[in-house]
Amino acid sequence: MRASTSPPGCIGTDGEHTLLEVSMGPHHPSTHGVFRMDVTLDGETVVKLKPVFGYLHRNHEKIAEKNSYLGSMPYTDRLDYICSLTNNWGYALAVEKLTGLSVPERAEYIRVILGELTRLINHSALAGFLLQDMGALGTPLMYAFREREKILDLFESLTGARMMCNYMRFGGCRCDLPPGWIEQTRSVVSRFPSFLDEFESLLTGNEILQARTEGVGALPGRLAVNAGVTGPMLRASGINYDIRKVDGYGAYGRFNFRVPLGERGDVFDRYMIRILEMRESLKILDQALRDIPGGPIMDPKAKLRNLRPKPGEAYGRIEGPKGELGFYLISDGGPNPYRYRVRPPSLINLTILEDMCLGQTIADAVVILGSVDIVLGEVDR
Amino acid sequence: MNGAGIIQGMIETARNFAGSYHDPERLTTVQYPEEKLPPVENARTIPFLVYDGGDAMAGLRCTACTICEKECPPQCIYIIKDLAKKPDYVGKMQLQPKVFDIDMSVCMSCGICVEVCPFDAIKMDQVFELSTSDRFLGLLFHKEQLAKPNGYFSQLHKTEAAEIDARRHEDKRKAEASAAARAAAAKPLPPGGVK
Amino acid sequence: MRGLDQIFVWIGREVAGWAPAPAQPLVSAILIIAGIMAVFGTCFALTTIAERKILGRMQNRFGPNRVGPCGLFQPLADAVKMLTKEDIVPFSADKTLHFLAPLVMTTPIWLAFAVLPFGRNMSALDLDSGILFFFAIGSASELAVFMAGWSSQNKYSLVGAMRAIAQMISYEVPLVLSTVPVLMLAGSLSLNEIVAAQGTHTLGGLARWNVFTPWGLAGLLLFLIAATAESNRSPFDLPEGESEIIAGYLTEYSGFKYALFFLGEYLGLFAITGLAVTLFLGGWRAPFQWLEWVPSWLWFGGKFGVLIFLFIWVRATLPRLRLDQLLNFSWRFLAPLTLINLAVAAAWHWTGAWESAAAAPVRWVLCAALIALPAHWLGRALRGAVPPPRKYHYAE
Repeated sequence: MRASTSPPGCIGTDGEHTLLEVSMGPHHPSTHGVFRMDVTLDGETVVKLKPVFGYLHRNHEKIAEKNSYLGSMPYTDRLDYICSLTNNWGYALAVEKLTGLSVPERAEYIRVILGELTRLINHSALAGFLLQDMGALGTPLMYAFREREKILDLFESLTGARMMCNYMRFGGCRCDLPPGWIEQTRSVVSRFPSFLDEFESLLTGNEILQARTEGVGALPGRLAVNAGVTGPMLRASGINYDIRKVDGYGAYGRFNFRVPLGERGDVFDRYMIRILEMRESLKILDQALRDIPGGPIMDPKAKLRNLRPKPGEAYGRIEGPKGELGFYLISDGGPNPYRYRVRPPSLINLTILEDMCLGQTIADAVVILGSVDIVLGEVDR
Repeated sequence: MNGAGIIQGMIETARNFAGSYHDPERLTTVQYPEEKLPPVENARTIPFLVYDGGDAMAGLRCTACTICEKECPPQCIYIIKDLAKKPDYVGKMQLQPKVFDIDMSVCMSCGICVEVCPFDAIKMDQVFELSTSDRFLGLLFHKEQLAKPNGYFSQLHKTEAAEIDARRHEDKRKAEASAAARAAAAKPLPPGGVK
Repeated sequence: MRGLDQIFVWIGREVAGWAPAPAQPLVSAILIIAGIMAVFGTCFALTTIAERKILGRMQNRFGPNRVGPCGLFQPLADAVKMLTKEDIVPFSADKTLHFLAPLVMTTPIWLAFAVLPFGRNMSALDLDSGILFFFAIGSASELAVFMAGWSSQNKYSLVGAMRAIAQMISYEVPLVLSTVPVLMLAGSLSLNEIVAAQGTHTLGGLARWNVFTPWGLAGLLLFLIAATAESNRSPFDLPEGESEIIAGYLTEYSGFKYALFFLGEYLGLFAITGLAVTLFLGGWRAPFQWLEWVPSWLWFGGKFGVLIFLFIWVRATLPRLRLDQLLNFSWRFLAPLTLINLAVAAAWHWTGAWESAAAAPVRWVLCAALIALPAHWLGRALRGAVPPPRKYHYAE
């Protein structure tokens, strides 16, 4: 699908096609952060695309080798800064595997509730940003952010901060739910479906949206699996792999929910899968809010300071809103980890960007990048 | 029908437009700084030191144990101990900090210093209007700037302050009771032998 | 209320009367020009603030509301900002062309206002071929786009300017063709005659505006879509909004020259809206006979305001079209429809004898079907085979 459909490009003086090299530089309204794409164009068609990142590298993994295990927890908030609670959860899982701590029931339910609320805020932000990149001037973005605010208020009343929550601890959660929090969450969750219906009526049937996203950036399932893509991008290509079902970590085994799967793997599928996942998250939230038990929220054996796990290694992974977020820890018996490695889903999903964009126009490249759902904090750590 | 999706989208936008005039659900903007949102109990921005009583420096709960300095992830707390001891609320002699600086431009508001403090001496404040025109030392807060009274802490975090006050009151009462018991046991026998 | 209706004409005549006799035409012309520039300049300022506030309300937020009551002095603040910016001209740019481009953009648009009838006896120039003059002048401002792109000596600006030109030329065809039924049925190219032809009334005192006929309604919709594209507004704002690689022909302009481009764009929008009101919505006529007492210029202003609101509403709702989709839309949907609209207008004219109450609905349905069915088929053809609605299956 390359040369045959491209319009005649810039013709040089000897009548041959000259290719245009463009750097969609780090300062760009549509690249979701400081991210650069070196694109080679033949007319309007992309023939080569090289993603260049590293502009936001902050030495997260090296800092973790210097700090204690607890001290790395606030830094994990800042990896994927939109979904801080799921980052905390992934890290807490890894350390719990390393040290053999167990998590009480109530803490597991709280973790599931917060994880699914995080999925809701991430997917609504993504839907808003995708349409912003397409030129809808911020209207869907504003509606999505209006709903996000309600959930961020919930986070603030529980954890103390809207964005950098720093709430999960090894063996449970930092503090218990304040009185009235469950009722507030229930009221937010009960109003969310009507927002989703409004959002869908604004967008899903819109012919311009369909014209710009259908058939654009299709990712075949086999290629996605080979490239290590995970998360909603993989499921939009039709592969059924959701770590909540595969590993059944936390209390997910107890909830009744389905995993939506797409068929063509194009941008429209990725957008719809995320909307459908939001609806499934609402189901999980209803069940968790109904069934949450009382009890302690921390493992009695857990220590806050001077945590020295026995030498060994552990890999803890969760189904984050963007994909499989994994933490690999090697301990040598001391208070700091010997090696701390983050498996960032945004980075791994980004490696397939060139294959998706070849043969598409430059306008589509922006939309495809928007549908991959990257956050530069995670890509660059 | 072609164009149905577009018409539906336009109806949605029109509904938001009309709704923004009468429905507070639709227009959620708060006109800061004329209106401010009420503070939430658990919110945290920067730490502050709690003192009891009227005198800030004499009533500081901090005993310069430096646990918060060790646990702080970006290492923004700087403590120098003052070796002159003073009694705390139960009468036990404790060290105090000569210098207690927090660099607020480095502080990441994680709240770990609050979690690990064994003396309820450092707590999270809720002020966020911290702008200053002094780039280098404007955000380096010293002991005097950090010290705020227990009354202020009770206003910010009501339930937590009530618990802490109750516990300290209980400890103080038990300490006074045991001190009285020890004083009674050490009293000399009355003349004339034990009855 | 003839007095209020003709008040501007009366003021103009009085003031011109104070001048000595040989200078009177000149003074009268200057008054008219000054009046038009003042009114539409203020309109430009008000539209920028109204657009931002309406967009804000549609997005659940206030628009600008700090400068002045309800933010009404925001255009002044913007003007001060634009005037105090540094005027950067690229080193290798063609200086003359770079300087002239904003002027070539704005000047012809002012000329286009000369033929619009703003009220009874209130058109500056009563030309016999008013509409031809309007379209000729309007096309002249498209040259400025290319001048801007070429003179910047920047390959991205040049490619952006070429895309802009492609868009504007493609949409000229439906723009002009959608007005031809009006000219056919009014029998004249003069805008005053066209308004007069919409002056009679039918049953219930409803005025015979062109929009109350099937071909008029379709014509208005086609005209408005083409007008959105001509003014580079969303969803056709590819040249100025598509800032992925190419910030368009406006990249190398800063400060007051940018403000002039902006002004030119908005004035073009006003001129085309004024034309739409004149051709399809009955100009300065009232919708009902018993409402004729309201001054004519108020009717013109009201209809104008409604159309501007419609443009802003569309801008708030729709995302942008890609270039090839845009051009396909124009050539494969709008242009054929405008030609079919001509046939529908002819059919309407030939069935003029069916005015009686019994046959009028038949006439309406027949003409409406003649335009709606081809619109449906062309729309289908444009989207390719209608894709089946996607089904998402779930795994447990």
